[in-house]
Amino acid sequence: MELLLAVTVGWLYACGLYLLLRRTLAQVVIGLALLTNGTNLLIFTAAGLVRGEPPLIGGGETALRAGTADPLPQAMILTAIVIGFAIQAFAMVLAYRVYRSVGSDDIDALTTTEPPPPPVTVQAEEADG
Amino acid sequence: MSLLLALPVVLPLAAAVAGMLTLGRPRWQAPIGLAGSAALLAAAAALLTWTWREGIHVLEVGGWPAPFGIVLVADMLSAVMVTVTGAVGLAATVYSFRVVDDGRLRAGYYAFIQVLLMGVSGAFLAGDIFNLYVWFEVMLMASFVLLVIGGERPQFEAGMKYVALNLVGSVMFLSGIGLLYGATGTLNMADLAVRVAADSAEARYATVVAMLFLVAFGLKAAVFPLYSWLPASYHVAPAPVAALFAGLLTKVGVYALLRVFTLIFTQDAGYTRELLFWISAATMVSGVLGAAAHQDMKRILSFHIISQIGYMTMGLALATPLALGGALFYMVHNIIAKTNLFFIAGVVRRLRGSYELRELGGLARAHPWLAATFFVSAMSLAGVPPLSGFFAKFIMVRAAIETREYAAAGVMLGVGLLTLFSMVKIWTEAFLKPAPAGAVSEGVVGAPSWVPVLAFAALAIAMGVGAEWWWRPMAMAGEQLFDRQGYIDAVLGGAR
Repeated sequence: MELLLAVTVGWLYACGLYLLLRRTLAQVVIGLALLTNGTNLLIFTAAGLVRGEPPLIGGGETALRAGTADPLPQAMILTAIVIGFAIQAFAMVLAYRVYRSVGSDDIDALTTTEPPPPPVTVQAEEADG
Repeated sequence: MSLLLALPVVLPLAAAVAGMLTLGRPRWQAPIGLAGSAALLAAAAALLTWTWREGIHVLEVGGWPAPFGIVLVADMLSAVMVTVTGAVGLAATVYSFRVVDDGRLRAGYYAFIQVLLMGVSGAFLAGDIFNLYVWFEVMLMASFVLLVIGGERPQFEAGMKYVALNLVGSVMFLSGIGLLYGATGTLNMADLAVRVAADSAEARYATVVAMLFLVAFGLKAAVFPLYSWLPASYHVAPAPVAALFAGLLTKVGVYALLRVFTLIFTQDAGYTRELLFWISAATMVSGVLGAAAHQDMKRILSFHIISQIGYMTMGLALATPLALGGALFYMVHNIIAKTNLFFIAGVVRRLRGSYELRELGGLARAHPWLAATFFVSAMSLAGVPPLSGFFAKFIMVRAAIETREYAAAGVMLGVGLLTLFSMVKIWTEAFLKPAPAGAVSEGVVGAPSWVPVLAFAALAIAMGVGAEWWWRPMAMAGEQLFDRQGYIDAVLGGAR
C-alpha cells in the first residue's frame, strides 16, 4: 500500500510540474492544485499507514494503545488543505483577471513587467536609414 | 508575562480584523493601521529588552508542554527581527498616508499590511516547524493581495509569476515537513534538533530533507539561482508596498535558513556549508551584475536586494558566532537602508513621475534633503564608513578572514565596490545631472512621506556611529545561534 501511494505521490508531482511548465494559465493553476494534493498525500504516507486502528482511547483506558494511527499528520493535512484551497481560489481569480487584462491565456504574453528592449544605438539607426 | 510573546501576533491580528470590519469607512483605515503598527513596535521593543535581560523565552500555547504543544520562542535573533518588523511596518504605514487612493483603502490596504506583519512576526517567533509553514503562508497570502491590490495590468502579470513560484516553494517546504515528521515523529524545532543529531540513520535522511528546506527557503530569500521571481515582481507594487516587501519578505527566508541550519540540520555541516558558501557567492555576484545592467531605479534596487542576501547567507556558511551575529547585523542594516531606498524611489516617482534614470535629473539642486537621505542610504548600502553598511561588511569580512575563507572576503569586498558603482550611477543620473529638457513636472510630496524617509536615514547613521552599541544584541544572537544547546534547553527544559 505504501508503494502504491508513493508512486501516486510521484505521479501527482510529475503531472503537477509538467502542467506548471506549460504556457497556458489554466494549466498552471491546475498544476499547482495537483502539486498541493500530492504534498498532502505525501504527508499522509510518510507518517506511516495504519489500518483499522483509529486513535481513540477505549473505555477504562487512559492512553492510546501502541500501533494506533497517528492523528497529527491528519491534522496537518487538514490545515494544508485549507491553506491550499484558499490559495488555489486566489490563483484562479488571479489567472482570470490576468486573462481579462492581457486578453490571452498564454504565459509568454505576460511581458509588460519585463524591462523594455535596450535603446537602439545610433549606428543601428544609421544602418536602418 | 510570557504572554508578551504572543502580542506581536495578536496586535496586528486585532488591527487587521478591525480594519476589515470597517472597510466601508475609508477614513478609519489609516488610523487603525497606524495603531496596529505602533502597538506591534512597542510590544516588540518590550520583548527585545526582556529577552536581552533574561535570555530565551518560551510560551507554550494552550499550556501543552513543549514537544507536544505549539511553542512560541523568542531568542535574540527572533526578538531583533520582530522589532525591525515593527519599525518597517510603522514606517510603511506612515508613508502610505494620503498616498493610497480610495479604491485601495476600500480593498483593505492597511488591513492586509497588518496581516503581512502578523505573518512575518509569527514566522520569527514560531518554535514549531509546521507553525513556521503556516506563518509563511499567512505572510504570502497577504503579500499576494498587496501586490495586486489596485488592479493594474502589470500588477496582475507580476502577481501571477510571484504566486506560481512562491507556491512551488511552499510545496517543497511542506513536503520537507512531511518527510521530516515521517522520519522523526516530531514537529517541535528543538525536539527535531535533538532527534536528528541523535540518530545517525535518520541523519543521512535528514540531509535530503535539509536540501528540500534549502530550496524552499532559498526561493523565498531569493538566492542564486532561485531569484528570478523577485526582479519580475517587486517593481510593480506601489512604493510603500515594495519597500515593505524589500525590507521584510526575503529576510524571512534568510531567517528560516539561519534557524533550521543552525538548530536542526547540523548533522552534515561540512556539506551544507560548502553548498551555502557557493550559493552565497553566486547570489552576491549575479545580483550586483544584474543591477549594473538596468536603468530603472526600482529594478536596480530589486537586484541589489538579491546581491545583499548573499552576504547574509554567507554568514550562515561561515558559521562562527561572529559570522552569525554579523549576518543579523547585516540583515538589520540592510532592512533599514533598502526600505529607505524604496521609500526614496517612491518620492522621486511622485516628484518626477518616473523611475527611469534617463528621464530623471537635477534632483540634488531641487531637493537637497531628498538627495541627502538618498546619499546616506545608498552609501550605507555600499558600505562607506561611518554608516551602518561599513560595519556590517567589516564584521562579515573579518569573520571570513578569521575562518581563512579569503575567497569569501574577496567576493564581499568586490561586490561592495560594484554596489558603490550602482549607487553612484543612480546618484549621478537622477540627482546630479541636469534635468532632461521638458521633463520636470513637480508633484507634491506630503509630510507623512518625509517622516519615515528622514527617520530611516537617521537610523542608518545611528547604526554606523553607534555600531558598538548596536552590535551587542547581535553578538548575543550570534552566540545563541552558535550554541544551539541553549535553545534546546530553553524549549525542552520544562519537559525534562
